[in-house]
Amino acid sequence: MSWLSLIFGEKKATASVAKERLQLIIAHERACASGPDFLPELQKDLVAVISKYFPVNPDDIKVGLEKQGNYEVLEVNIVLPEGR
Amino acid sequence: MTTIITVTSGKGGVGKTTTSASIASGLALRGFKTAVIDFDVGLRNLDLIMGCERRVVYDFVNVIQGDANLHQALIKDKHCDNLFVLPASQTRDKDALTEEGVEKVLKELEHQGFDYIVCDSPAGIEHGAVMALTFADEAIVVTNPEVSSVRDSDRILGIIQSKSRRAIEGREPVKEHLLVTRYSPKRAHEGEMLTYTDIQELLRIPLLGVIPESEAVLQASNQGIPAIHQKGTPVADAYQDAIARFLGEEHPLRFVEYEKPGLIKRLFGGK
Repeated sequence: MSWLSLIFGEKKATASVAKERLQLIIAHERACASGPDFLPELQKDLVAVISKYFPVNPDDIKVGLEKQGNYEVLEVNIVLPEGR
Repeated sequence: MTTIITVTSGKGGVGKTTTSASIASGLALRGFKTAVIDFDVGLRNLDLIMGCERRVVYDFVNVIQGDANLHQALIKDKHCDNLFVLPASQTRDKDALTEEGVEKVLKELEHQGFDYIVCDSPAGIEHGAVMALTFADEAIVVTNPEVSSVRDSDRILGIIQSKSRRAIEGREPVKEHLLVTRYSPKRAHEGEMLTYTDIQELLRIPLLGVIPESEAVLQASNQGIPAIHQKGTPVADAYQDAIARFLGEEHPLRFVEYEKPGLIKRLFGGK
């Protein structure tokens, strides 16, 4: 800060920073909120079905929905316990 | 036809109750039979802002639970003939607001020929706030030119679009309005504060009005007189304009441009 701005108490124009940050976070949060909300339910059901056949940990089943171009990819990742 | 207006924001302390009190009073001054309901169970404050705290006998939860009828709980406003206040309960739990209970009270107000019901939402996105917006026909989203307030407003808009009856039943969506409060044209002009156009661009809903930051708001709440009655102040005029726009009239925005004070004003004071 120069001695001039010390004397005149210049203030920073921070509103543009605020706007940029909000643009990013709001776009991100809107994208999350518009996703389907059935994923946790689906994960629970999968755990229930699979554990009929394998002893699996609920954390070992991961369900995700990803957008790749025009496609939506439902990804189900199941880690089977070792030693079977 | 009764129109239910929910005043909401997500964030606390942005001016929801001040706005509810002034919008309800303004509608009543225009001749509409209006009720204003405090949904902030456990932290009631609308009664203080409306200046009727000493006349509260029964409250919203009493009516929902059948301990009192609506007629006993509604408090007639001192300043407007056709304005009534339904205070929140100070002692109960927020879960006392059941969806059926809230719906029953709103239906009864409709039966009694109210034109407008203003629902003053609590802060947050939990049960009380959701109950306040469930039956909304229109929503006034109160936002300060400040990052956390804008983000929370966006969040509450998402909730209106997913949890309101209108959304769930696939009817015409809740009509959303943006009301920017505590606005300082000077700070916005100097690039220190988000402008109202910035906020509108971010939230993408129609602008109902801009209420300037003002000492008159504290003076109004000190006395328990809604800010809209502070004749001649920019805040009262800005609320009048917002009501006019709400009713479909066109009014240019006032109190949003910064005018440099002239030499005389600078020498002899004034704000």
